[in-house]
Amino acid sequence: MLLDRQITELLAGYRDGSIDPVLVIEEAYANIKAHSQNLNTLISVVDKEKALKELSLLDKNLPLYGIPYVLKDSYVTPEIRTTCASKLLDDYVSPYSATVHQKLKNAGAILLAKGNQDAWGHGASTENSDYGMGKNPYDPERVVGGSSGGPAAAVALRMCSFAIGEDTGGSIRNPAAWNNILGLRVTYGRVSRYGCVAYASSMDTVGPFAKSAEDLAVVLGIIAGLDKYDATSSPEPVPDYAKAISTPLKKLKIGIADDMFGPGLDSEIAKNTRAFGSVLESMGCQLTSVSLPIAEVALAAYYIIAPSETSSNLARYDAVRYGGTRDLFSQETMRRIMIGSYDLSSGYYDAYYRKALKIRTILIETFKQAFKQCDVILMPENPIMPPKLGDLISDPLANMLADLYNTSVSLIGSPAIVVPSGFHANGLPIGVQLVGQKFEEATLLNLAHAYQAKTSWHLTKPAILEKKV
Amino acid sequence: MTDTKYSPVIGAEIHIELKTKSKMFCGCVNNPFGADKPNIYTCPVCLGLPGALPVPNKKAIEDCLLIGLALNCKIANVSKFDRKHYFYPDLPKGYQISQYDEPFCQNGYLETSQGRVGITRVHMEEDTAKLLHSTLDGKKVTLVDFNRSGVPLVEIVTEPDIKNAEQAKELLKKIRDIVRALGVSDCDMEKGSMRLECNISLTESSSLPPYKVEVKNINSFRYFANSITYEIARQTEILSAGKLPVQETRGYRADTNSTVSQRTKEEAADYRYFPEPDIPPLLFPKAYTESIRARLPLLPSDRISSLVTQGVSQKSAELIAKNESLANLLSEIGAIDASLIAHAANLLVNKKISSRESASTIVDTIRRSNSSRISDPSVLEPIVDKVIKDNKQVVFEYQSGKLGVLGYLMSFVMKETSGKADAKIASELLKKKLK
Repeated sequence: MLLDRQITELLAGYRDGSIDPVLVIEEAYANIKAHSQNLNTLISVVDKEKALKELSLLDKNLPLYGIPYVLKDSYVTPEIRTTCASKLLDDYVSPYSATVHQKLKNAGAILLAKGNQDAWGHGASTENSDYGMGKNPYDPERVVGGSSGGPAAAVALRMCSFAIGEDTGGSIRNPAAWNNILGLRVTYGRVSRYGCVAYASSMDTVGPFAKSAEDLAVVLGIIAGLDKYDATSSPEPVPDYAKAISTPLKKLKIGIADDMFGPGLDSEIAKNTRAFGSVLESMGCQLTSVSLPIAEVALAAYYIIAPSETSSNLARYDAVRYGGTRDLFSQETMRRIMIGSYDLSSGYYDAYYRKALKIRTILIETFKQAFKQCDVILMPENPIMPPKLGDLISDPLANMLADLYNTSVSLIGSPAIVVPSGFHANGLPIGVQLVGQKFEEATLLNLAHAYQAKTSWHLTKPAILEKKV
Repeated sequence: MTDTKYSPVIGAEIHIELKTKSKMFCGCVNNPFGADKPNIYTCPVCLGLPGALPVPNKKAIEDCLLIGLALNCKIANVSKFDRKHYFYPDLPKGYQISQYDEPFCQNGYLETSQGRVGITRVHMEEDTAKLLHSTLDGKKVTLVDFNRSGVPLVEIVTEPDIKNAEQAKELLKKIRDIVRALGVSDCDMEKGSMRLECNISLTESSSLPPYKVEVKNINSFRYFANSITYEIARQTEILSAGKLPVQETRGYRADTNSTVSQRTKEEAADYRYFPEPDIPPLLFPKAYTESIRARLPLLPSDRISSLVTQGVSQKSAELIAKNESLANLLSEIGAIDASLIAHAANLLVNKKISSRESASTIVDTIRRSNSSRISDPSVLEPIVDKVIKDNKQVVFEYQSGKLGVLGYLMSFVMKETSGKADAKIASELLKKKLK
């Protein structure tokens, strides 16, 4: 398939005429047609004619000329509705563009569709969607992961070249691992959040999904940087990520915390994560033990701060505007609004919200200490393999536990990359998580790129793609 | 009507819309009153659309700091914005970006003729949209105009140090004059760019009473004073009957000159304040604060006392301090010949000379007429003596420390000499005799 190729390969092919960008877009639409409805991958799709017309009008010298992409449906787009997977916004069309969308458009990339997700980002499975439960391309009986499940599956299913997800408490990392692709949670402030429907503003981050570290680097180079419309975006200069990728791997110190291999972790995932460390070791990295006794307390703090912020962010959907009324909020969303409102109420604020903020400060300090001993921390991504559809939705606590290894990173604002690292006995993909210091995306990409050069896990595609349609 | 057993405890809350070019958290035009049509100065941010984010207006923050400094406040080294939640159709995000426990400015004060009034805090927030209740196609509807949504709003909160309606009026006027002199707001109560709320309760002892009544909908200084008078009477009656007034929010009604209950404590909202995550904390290093302080213009009170010491009467000085162009003209005159200020002020205030004349023309005119100026102390002395003898009460006030009344005495000296007394010599003579 043409869409198996990396972005730079496609661009080179477009330039020398060996690849027709029209065929690439046609292929993406063929895959959308074949799988999206069955797997509930996408919520809205741009008309093919429109996309092809856009392609015909583009300047061929643009850095992402003709490269098709999918956005999580939490990014506002004037071309097509933005639902955030909630019927409350069923017919909402934004009058303005999210910065990430605008930047990609300006670079010549072409939006094909908006991906399915847990409504408002509330979940780790894409089951909490008003547009059908997202199904895993490797096993349609199982969840796709989430909350950015749709965009992740869209990359795995070759419906696009790359996709943009949104990670608050693991929403990029979790589905990347369960779809055998790479996902990058960026440093908080690295990419503008303007135009991203807010879940938990102090942790929401905008990041890419792709099939390779190199593709992530290319996309990140376009979307990163200061935005005058986002006061929390960072003035930190944007390095040349594509160049950083191709530099030889430095002998990095990789920290591993035994605290992260406790009860609740699937034994095969544990084994896989350790094996990943051995590969890094064989590449010249040095493994070192660090102490991070924080996973559970981080999860608790996260599930106070995130619902508190979401109870505030969703207040605007008060039925005065946007058509839909509040009874259209799902059970999971109402649960989070109620928990958050309770945490912020006078008399409870000190006991919950303020305490969670203190834990957040302690976490930042704990990681700071760990990063004195290493450059990158290796962790499992998910504690479990994707459950059967409906299992998590009937067990809200298990849904929250799926973010066990993700929330501490969210709370400290560090970047993390998820890399395909093998397959479980049940045939489903496993990914590991590499956590870096703030604004060290280049180091993570460099490391992931070197790992991919040594391994081929990421080349495996869902079997349903191989079937002739 | 007034039972002297109870003394009033009164505080004021003042909202002031800043006249910055753009709104508080977006680039929209800040001119809600001058807009030709509703909803023309709007964007995703001030409409609270999904995904929009606030970016604070630096000019508005500096204007707020200026107000705080002019009210003798301490400026925070670190501050932040908070979200204040409540549901109302004029609040598009479901919360107002405001400040809770770390306002920009705190612990200030302002002097009045009845003593000092503490300024608790001066903080920054955003204005709401405006609701218009009307009839469309025979149906009663409420329309929302977002031109005002997100306009920078400064809230000034005083300590409950105000003793009566007169002092309240003086304080509020003083605050208005200061803010106008800073050039950051028109403080036009008809246009709503200055809005007042009154907190009032009565106490028998020196401690704070166990209840508080808040009066809203006050759009003039007179109404503020009226609501105090009305509330003192109302609360006195309740207390005299051995009961405790209800803690509540009341609205002032100009037609009946009374207040009516709007909301009691039980119905009070829990605003669920928490730090605004979309705006990083703000840092105000000492050097930055000082650079703002350096921008403080001569404030009305400074201006008045400076004019009075130069021999201008208190009354004229107050008039001049309020009139920006007159004050500037006078300082230009002073730059040419400082000894002519009192005389020039007298002529300008009494319109004996047009304020449209240039400073140099005025100086020439005065110099020409000054051939008849009385600067001989032996001539002035008996006049000064007479003024002192005729104004024993004022002299007593002066001698007990109210130095500001000197101008008042000077105005009598001028009257006695038909404005021909040399102000400098006469005021020195007065001061010497009053020692």
